Amino acid sequence: MNIIGKPRRRVDARAKVLGQTRFADDLSLPRMLHCRLLRSHLPHARILAIDTARAAAAPGVKCVLTGKDFPISYGILPVSQDEHALCTDVVRFVGDPVAAVIASSEEEAQAAAELIEVTYESLTTIADPHQAMATPAPRIHDYGDDGNVHKRVAFEFGDVEEAIAKADHVFEDTFFFQGNTHLPIEQHASLAIVDPDGKLCIWSSTQTPHYLHRALSKSLAIPAAHIRVIATPNGGGFGGKSDPFNHEIVVCKAAMRTGRPVKICLNREEVFYCHRGRHPVEMHLRTAVSRDGMIQAMDLETLLDGGAYGSYGVASTFYTGALQTVTYKVPRYRFRGCRTFTNKPPCGPKRGHGTPQPRFAQEVQLDKIAVALKTNPATLRSQQLAEPNSLTANYLRIGTIGLGQCIEKVVAGSDFHRRWQKLPLGRGLGLACSSYLCGAGLPIYWNDLPHSGVQLKLDRSGGVTAFCGATEIGQGSDDMLALIVAEILGIDPFDIRVVTGDTDLTPVDLGSYSSRVTLMMGNAAIQAAERAKELLAEAASKKLDVPKSRLSFAERRVFDVSDPAKSLSFQEATMAAEAMFGTLGTVGSYTPPASAAKFKGGGVGPSPAYSYSAAVVEVEVDPETGWIHVPKIWIGHDIGRALNPVLARGQVEGSVYMGLGEALMEEQYFRRLPARLSNALVHKFPSMLEYKSPTTLEMPEVVTYLIEEPDASGPFGAKEVGQGPLLPIMPAVANAVFDAVGVRIDEVPITPEKIVRALERAARGQSARVGPGAFPSIPWPESLRVPPPWEGGDGKAVNERPRKSSMSDKDGRLGGKP
Amino acid sequence: MMRATPFRYLAPKSLGEATAQLHAQGDSAMLLAGGTDLVPNMKRRQQTPRTLISLRQVRELHALEIDDKFLRIGAAVTLGTLTESATVRRHHALFRAAAQVATPPIRNMATIGGNLCLDTRCNYYNQNHEWRRAIDFCMKAPHGEAIERSEGKQEGVCWVAPGSPRCWAVSSNDSAPALIALDARIRLSSNLGMREAPLADLYADDGMSFLTKRRTEILTEILVPIRPEVRSTYWKLRRRGAFDFPVLGVGAALELDRNVVKAARIVLGAVASRPIVLDTSSLIGANLSDEAIDAFADRTMKSAKPLDNTDFQLGWRKRVTRAYLTGALKELRGDDPATLSLIGRRASALLPI
Repeated sequence: MNIIGKPRRRVDARAKVLGQTRFADDLSLPRMLHCRLLRSHLPHARILAIDTARAAAAPGVKCVLTGKDFPISYGILPVSQDEHALCTDVVRFVGDPVAAVIASSEEEAQAAAELIEVTYESLTTIADPHQAMATPAPRIHDYGDDGNVHKRVAFEFGDVEEAIAKADHVFEDTFFFQGNTHLPIEQHASLAIVDPDGKLCIWSSTQTPHYLHRALSKSLAIPAAHIRVIATPNGGGFGGKSDPFNHEIVVCKAAMRTGRPVKICLNREEVFYCHRGRHPVEMHLRTAVSRDGMIQAMDLETLLDGGAYGSYGVASTFYTGALQTVTYKVPRYRFRGCRTFTNKPPCGPKRGHGTPQPRFAQEVQLDKIAVALKTNPATLRSQQLAEPNSLTANYLRIGTIGLGQCIEKVVAGSDFHRRWQKLPLGRGLGLACSSYLCGAGLPIYWNDLPHSGVQLKLDRSGGVTAFCGATEIGQGSDDMLALIVAEILGIDPFDIRVVTGDTDLTPVDLGSYSSRVTLMMGNAAIQAAERAKELLAEAASKKLDVPKSRLSFAERRVFDVSDPAKSLSFQEATMAAEAMFGTLGTVGSYTPPASAAKFKGGGVGPSPAYSYSAAVVEVEVDPETGWIHVPKIWIGHDIGRALNPVLARGQVEGSVYMGLGEALMEEQYFRRLPARLSNALVHKFPSMLEYKSPTTLEMPEVVTYLIEEPDASGPFGAKEVGQGPLLPIMPAVANAVFDAVGVRIDEVPITPEKIVRALERAARGQSARVGPGAFPSIPWPESLRVPPPWEGGDGKAVNERPRKSSMSDKDGRLGGKP
Repeated sequence: MMRATPFRYLAPKSLGEATAQLHAQGDSAMLLAGGTDLVPNMKRRQQTPRTLISLRQVRELHALEIDDKFLRIGAAVTLGTLTESATVRRHHALFRAAAQVATPPIRNMATIGGNLCLDTRCNYYNQNHEWRRAIDFCMKAPHGEAIERSEGKQEGVCWVAPGSPRCWAVSSNDSAPALIALDARIRLSSNLGMREAPLADLYADDGMSFLTKRRTEILTEILVPIRPEVRSTYWKLRRRGAFDFPVLGVGAALELDRNVVKAARIVLGAVASRPIVLDTSSLIGANLSDEAIDAFADRTMKSAKPLDNTDFQLGWRKRVTRAYLTGALKELRGDDPATLSLIGRRASALLPI
């Protein structure tokens, strides 16, 4: 390997460091107009009338749009087509857009937006899942399972109650994971034009240009072939730019209406209203274990606060259960999840999508089990790791597992065995593990097409251009594309021009989400590059009179391995190939393998490979005030193979940072006012100053171990690193706090106030715990019963039948066939 | 992005010119110092001045010098300049307060005068116009823009305490508790002349009319007495090591004779609409033992009456008030910082831990 595995400067580093990367808001075109949105100031209301006459007549105004201009709904999932670019009849949260003004300047657009008069009729406000379940009417949406319940799902893999009845111990806990948001530095921005040939073109800070392409085609009712979506480099995504957004559709419509370029850049408050962040989730977890701590069965219920729209929510609901079986052997498993609508900004996918919440529950409970059984938490986990190359109870196919080594590394690094439970009051260590998928096995809409395509263009100049629909959101996808092609063709990544995220120029890639890019684009790139190499080798073989099998590609040359002096430069090889074959171009594509899960709902969770992480967090806690300080974290991540270790470590450290924010301070907190005075429901602090997220000063020393156990499914054995390392941080902090001061905080964020409250409870002789009370009783549907592989199952449910309120097709995909 | 409403910009070169302009422009004018708080507020429309009178070029406001009695600080001296001054470092509380405001880039713009006159804060108020419309605004800004309390009819609700006749927005600067502990005085100039007053008298206990300064007056100078025998410190409570406004500030200055207190000035910031000067009479003449410190903290922490309108829960802020009071006094007594609690080590460190 010449390039793979070597720490290298990423191909887009220079532009970023020099401030030359052009983000969406950096774009400006002649005669460009500016758009501002008027947003609802009410949390839930019917729109009775909108008077735009004064706004339309205001200085500089070129166009005013309202919900009437957007009759066609859209949404990221085919089963949740519940959004309109501007609200048509009902506003569902404070911040829901009702009108758009397009004017010569942003100031004029803003001033005119304030002249629009909207007459509303207030509706009952639904603030949380409990209220949603207790308040079937008015419905926030006229679809979903019933009332304000969006979706209930229930699965059982083996007889869980039987296992629980027989087990030596049963541990039962409730947990709460507060919602939080992505907080990308870059605010969403979009610029739309109608090209001279009449086609629509939009530049946008999106992670998923392909899905935006589809949503624009549908909601604007124009053929996709007449729309071009260019994903600009994202200044941070983290899942927050994965949905098609109302502002994107609005500027497209406005460009079509006015014939001029139309731009919007959201302000920070509006980014909080776009949201699609972590769902607040209440959890009830029962785990049956044997005397020696081996898991016999797990029974998980989750209740999600979905906010005002579907977004990815159905997938998020499945994800609160799907990956619980991938880390440890879980012989029997029941999972039931419920998502409700509430009058708050919609939740969706944030780094770890739906899995950090139940992971927190599982890893904190394992710590309780270890303490109760007087076992070391590292040993408790190591003794029951999932088996490599096996099927889980819910039919996920696992490849390699480097988790054992991850645990060994962090335990050794932190001196865990000697220091856990031995540190003085106020200091503690906590351990937690996790796993994550390397790309969702199914796309969000039903199709049997490739998930990623790469096209290479080579010519007599010796230049190679790599085209792929993948989107650079800061994670390094452009670098992955260049380095894989360069490795195979024996040239330098900087020799390659990378063209990505442009639906006119690049083959489809589904987008930068679910940690799929390195694996899926990487495999497509390998195929395209191997095909190009084959052409070059064929031509070079003839030119050098050397059999192809003796040719090697390295250092910008093609040479005879037994006589390296016999060689062509890479450019000479491309000339020879172009002479032999004509114009040179190759393609590669990747489609994930079929899932072993054949039951409805089994489509969420399968992945070509799973990554693993283990972390030890050290904390200091002030017993008087509960103040928490994290001096050091050790984290091991099973990445399969680190293609560029600098980027891999950056992703691990970034995950640790984001995880610490979720563990210690970040929360989407909503404020109600006294009911007799107001029906308002507002985000408490939609600002970067008051939504508390750690600064560099809060960042501890981080020791990163990359565990490389190549997985056959990944390019050169690589697995994901963008999301998985976030997962163990929150539970490890909670476990460390227990080790430090002996209190259990069964929810995040873990704040000084909660620690003080738990310590006060302990001092009064009550349970030294802060966390949610009883989990609510939810009218679950009958569980879909799927016997696990070791109980004779074949991946099919034994009691499956078509259901009336079906939201996914028979294969459990989230969209119906077209 | 959010845009401020249009305004006229005046840039007087002298104090005389500035006071004349301020007098002439009347209520629609505001003074602009560093602008780090005012300009974002203008975008969110808590303030919508039609005229801004910039103090940046007023030469009289930039002095930083000592005479035989005072450290004299011009109101337009930036917090960054203060933190770099060796003289200021000798007034430890002031140095620590200035050094912990916001972030380095903000301190390079923000001035000491601007910090002392900082608008009171409340998380029902420090939001953009659209957000505040969603709660139907509040007493401090009943139609969007902040008003000063006037006699007669009260408009709007204080959402922190809906039954309350007053506004409970929080005094949120770091420099006032530190400077009041250091017994600082201020000078104010207007078209009618100059007056001098104790800094503590600048503040009123009202979230809306929190300054006693008249609209036509300009804060020109801060006078900090030079008393080498006084030891001082400032402890700031905030969620993070940067950016955040205080949710509690303890400014403390002691004169000790061995371990006996000869003089003490202790001031709480960010727990009320103005800095609270604590009654330290019980400490005077006392030996500064652990017991005396605990007794003082128990008695005076009741003066802190935080409400639920800042970061952190109010009960917890009260608890930390006690920890901060005891910790700050122990630091001034000369205790080894390593013996302080975790939160005390963080608060007394120059860089946050």
